[in-house]
Amino acid sequence: MDSLPYLSLITFLPLLGMAVILALPKSQENAIRWTAALFSGLSLLFATVVYFGPFDATAGVQLVERFDWIPAFNIQYFMGVDGLSLPLVFLSALIHFIAVFASWNIKKSMKGYFALLLLLEVGVNGVFLALDFFLFYVFWEIMLLPMYFLIGIWGGPRREYAAIKFFLYTLAGSVLMLVALVAIYLKSGGIAGEPTFDLLTLKSMASTWVQDQSTFLGMKFTTWIFWFLFVGFAIKIPVFPFHTWLPDAHVEAPTPISVILAGILLKLGAYGMLRINFPLAPDAFADARYFLAVLGTVSIVYGAYVAMAQTDFKRVVAYSSVSHMGYFLLGAASLTFAGLNGATFQLFTHGTSSAMLFLIVGVVYDRAHHRDLNDFGGLAQRMPFFLGVATIGIFAGLGLPGMSGFISEAMTLLGAYEVYPVLVIISTLGILMTAAFLLYALQRVFLGSLPKKYENFTDMDRREAFCLVPFAALCILLGIVPTLVLDKMAHAIQLLSEELSAYTGG
Amino acid sequence: MLPAPPIESLTAAAAEGATLGNSAYAFLLAVPLLPLVGWLLQVFFGRKLPRQGDWLPTSGMALSALIAVVMFIRVLFQWNPDFLMSSAEDGFAWRFFFSDGSIPAPIAQFTAGILYDNLSAFLLAMVALVSFLVHLFSVGYMQGDSRYNIFFSNLSLFTFAMLGLVLSDNMVFFFVFWEIMGLCSYLLIGHLAQDRKQPKMSAAWASLKAFMTTRIGDVCLFVGMAVFWAKFDTLSFHGLYTATADHVAANGWEGWMTFGAIMMFLGAVGKSAQFPLHVWLPDAMEGPTPVSAMIHAATMVAAGVYLTGRIYLLCSPEAQLVIACVGAFTAIFAATIGITGFDIKKVLAYSTISQLGYMIAAIGVGGVSAGLFHVITHAIFKACLFLGSGSVIHGCHHEQDMREMGGLRKKMPITYITMLVSTLAISGVPLFAGFYSKDAILAKALEKSMVTQEWIWAMPFYLLVVAAAVTAFYMFRLIFMTFHGEPRSDHAHHAHESPWTMTVPLMVLGFFAVFGGKFWITDPLHAVSGGRTPWFMALVHDPDLERWESSAIEQAHGYGGHGALLSHAADGHGSGEGHGAAAGHDEHHDVAHTAHVRAMITSIIVATLGILTACLFYLFGVFNPKKVAAALGGLYRLVFNKYFFDELYHATVIRGTVVFSGFLSWVDQNIVDGTVLLVGRTMKRLAGFSGAADKYVVDGAVNWVGESTQAAGQAVRRIQTGRIQQYAYFTFAGAVLLAAVVLLDLF
Repeated sequence: MDSLPYLSLITFLPLLGMAVILALPKSQENAIRWTAALFSGLSLLFATVVYFGPFDATAGVQLVERFDWIPAFNIQYFMGVDGLSLPLVFLSALIHFIAVFASWNIKKSMKGYFALLLLLEVGVNGVFLALDFFLFYVFWEIMLLPMYFLIGIWGGPRREYAAIKFFLYTLAGSVLMLVALVAIYLKSGGIAGEPTFDLLTLKSMASTWVQDQSTFLGMKFTTWIFWFLFVGFAIKIPVFPFHTWLPDAHVEAPTPISVILAGILLKLGAYGMLRINFPLAPDAFADARYFLAVLGTVSIVYGAYVAMAQTDFKRVVAYSSVSHMGYFLLGAASLTFAGLNGATFQLFTHGTSSAMLFLIVGVVYDRAHHRDLNDFGGLAQRMPFFLGVATIGIFAGLGLPGMSGFISEAMTLLGAYEVYPVLVIISTLGILMTAAFLLYALQRVFLGSLPKKYENFTDMDRREAFCLVPFAALCILLGIVPTLVLDKMAHAIQLLSEELSAYTGG
Repeated sequence: MLPAPPIESLTAAAAEGATLGNSAYAFLLAVPLLPLVGWLLQVFFGRKLPRQGDWLPTSGMALSALIAVVMFIRVLFQWNPDFLMSSAEDGFAWRFFFSDGSIPAPIAQFTAGILYDNLSAFLLAMVALVSFLVHLFSVGYMQGDSRYNIFFSNLSLFTFAMLGLVLSDNMVFFFVFWEIMGLCSYLLIGHLAQDRKQPKMSAAWASLKAFMTTRIGDVCLFVGMAVFWAKFDTLSFHGLYTATADHVAANGWEGWMTFGAIMMFLGAVGKSAQFPLHVWLPDAMEGPTPVSAMIHAATMVAAGVYLTGRIYLLCSPEAQLVIACVGAFTAIFAATIGITGFDIKKVLAYSTISQLGYMIAAIGVGGVSAGLFHVITHAIFKACLFLGSGSVIHGCHHEQDMREMGGLRKKMPITYITMLVSTLAISGVPLFAGFYSKDAILAKALEKSMVTQEWIWAMPFYLLVVAAAVTAFYMFRLIFMTFHGEPRSDHAHHAHESPWTMTVPLMVLGFFAVFGGKFWITDPLHAVSGGRTPWFMALVHDPDLERWESSAIEQAHGYGGHGALLSHAADGHGSGEGHGAAAGHDEHHDVAHTAHVRAMITSIIVATLGILTACLFYLFGVFNPKKVAAALGGLYRLVFNKYFFDELYHATVIRGTVVFSGFLSWVDQNIVDGTVLLVGRTMKRLAGFSGAADKYVVDGAVNWVGESTQAAGQAVRRIQTGRIQQYAYFTFAGAVLLAAVVLLDLF
């Protein structure tokens, strides 16, 4: 290998940081914090270097690191990056880095907290970069555990309920994925002689096993694995009706964990669909497209309406995530170049805007110690700077043109309209409702007269500003120059769109 | 701007002699960018600068307005009805979504650029000029506001968006700027809601209402864009015209085109406050008066009309009928509400809605240039009226109720004269600016009804005529109640004229209200005889799809030959020679001429009637308005309460949304999540009973994890108080264990 093993560095530097943190004495609180910041920062640095440096948008999978891991099962350590994963890896590194600073004031067993946070980053980055299905699955599980503890220990009053719910839900998804994994592994053995977990090889085999007409319980092989994988990933996104873990998890999770959860964890499900679910069962996907688009539309509209009825600020934002992730499914199902690009870009833009919204809720919560929207008002008077940043966050969330969310939503809807005009028209209801509940929330928190009990509130401090401003800047920058991200993924998406369209029958 | 390879056309274009040269694009770009820079500086440094930096955006705006006006004059001197510059044609286009043009997908081929023709030139200059005057006016009016610097930054951001919108050559950027204007409108209406001393909650509600109502329209506009995008794979205005012309020539008008055009038009309905989305504009008067003058009278609301004009070529005859009827109905509907209002700003707001209805109706009946002409003249006199009302409110210590005013003409002479002039203009009194544009609209409406001979096409004309009379009546009612008679309150007694920063803009606007329609280049006598067209209509033609030559764009490289763009429809004044059959043209010309003469006479009669009636009621006191109102009873109450539309929407749309979202939330908690909990409980019980018999891999794994998770939870709870190392190692062990389980499952 002639260049640095960038991808392993991005993935495992946080693990090194975790080891350092565990070795540090508990009393060295600042050292622990700065270690976490350093190692997640290094990860971000390498992600940035790859993003602007060696990555070639036209070249497909690259920076490959590959060697045998468990030869008995033909399991490989196979890492690689392409246009699909690169923006998400960057986003993940950024969000984890910011989350470290957002966690600065964690008091309770902070050593364990930061160690788990870094472990979580290992899992997430690994999922995006792994190109061996087994490796993918291992990273997927690595990520699950720290998340469970982070919610279950550092969460709010109902943290255990939320954590168990999160865990069981995601584990149910994992188990479905596991079954599909084994099935695919065995199936590949029947074709190539030696079974494999190599996702690229598996993808090329898909054209062979779609020919297989034999059925099991009345369904074809690809149909089986499609639905197993789909439900597994849909839980993570989450798609209606698998979303009910999300509001609970968000409400109970501490702010930085919510930021990670909404900012990047939800994207894993979507990424899994694009990387594994759709390409490995392309014919079943083609058959299920319309249904997926309907699910996406239902998520958009349903999430937005339910968000409208919430009074807990965090629940509002949590349901808005359900709504926003619906665009992904709608756009991906459309399979047009614009729709698929919009859907993938939506992952990125929602990552930044939802991270911002949760940080905003966190800033308010840290001062008021509650999140009841009906009990706020007039904070604008004490926190003008915060109001400015929060306004950016809220308008980024509602997809205001000039900000990145608009680009992704507009591309999704323009692309999807060619295929599913009626669904797009229905989903615009979601756009309206999103604007309504976010602005209504803004109004209830910031406007009007200031209650006596909030008189002593102070404006955002530097640390809070440091967390929020990068996201605000990204939202605006990518709204004006979307090519910064779209150019990176265009070719990968183009390829994916062509491969999948081959099965749609014109 | 990423320069794409220039098309080999530049020499040809230069040979035309009709070009301003490529350097013009730099100047044009500077027009919106100067306010943007002003905004950025104001946002970041405004607070720290002397005078809170108000001079920064104001001077930036002055420069911007200067450039826009100079460019406009250069265009005017070309005196070329076919003048057009398109940066995309000249090789300057921004690949907005994807810079790699080798991708065949249409979205990767999308480019954005500048479109500068006679219409944009007029609008750009008008918007920049009005905006500069409003900035200047605000320096006086907003003095002492607790968020003075933020007000100025929002104002410049708005101006940037509006100027950008006028220059956009495609629907996507148009939409982007359109929404940024919506944002600024939201922020500026809600300006007082964030006041540091007395936050005004009504302003917050008004801003929310404005944003949401217009957003309904915006979403429809977006759907309309998607409709055309899905079929034509382009969103540039010229690309759409060409594709539509070709499509119509081959297949005729199809239903989806009507649908798409009406959806786009709904965007204009929202932004221009047309029925039934008109409810936000009167409430928007919660914003500071300069904002009302600029955004909610002169510029932003007119953007809806501009949009309708730009998409006119995409409108099928059915869509045109819808546009005409909505506009005409709004014109009369809002005018009647204007009669009963007492808040000076709200009366002006309804007047704005009504006038916007005029413009929309004009475009619907095919008088695109008449409608847009009215945009310009209306912008001037309505901005003057609003700033005048601001001056009155300022002078009367923030009293807005006309019942508390009276007799101000002696105390505020400049305000009085300028407002009177503008009122004469809006009422359509000959020789004032509004007369020409209103007259052109009525002529166009009458012509349409004469040509089509259908009763439904006659409706717009009659509605507009009645609305003209009502307009004259309520505007003079406003003038008489405010400035004539005796002062009716202490505020009115102690009123005083405003400072120069406020009166100078009034005088400038008042000047244009007198002369704006005709300008100085044609003499007024000819106007009365209908001999010569106003300058605006000589330069901006009605577009005509049948004469749209798609090849013209490619061949002419952005100049000349583009007459096709806003081509020579017969506008009644004989500029269309050489097109079409001569006989048909003459016949049409006769109809147009007849229509024009009749319309002009009608328009003068109804204006006189309206003004006289107002005099009888409010100047000479022949009738007592209160008694008349009492005599009308229910009818008066209906109009006074704005036909109860706020209440209606509240009871249906808002209530419905709240109930439905509450219902879905209940479903989410009890049915969706309830099912999950039920499954969870069942699984737990199953796990308890099944024991060793549980041999299926999936169930086994789920239950195993369920139980071990609980166990883990217990373990962690114990560890929490204990040693952290142990716990972290446990995490590690957990991950390893899980990997092991995965491996085991494989066997």
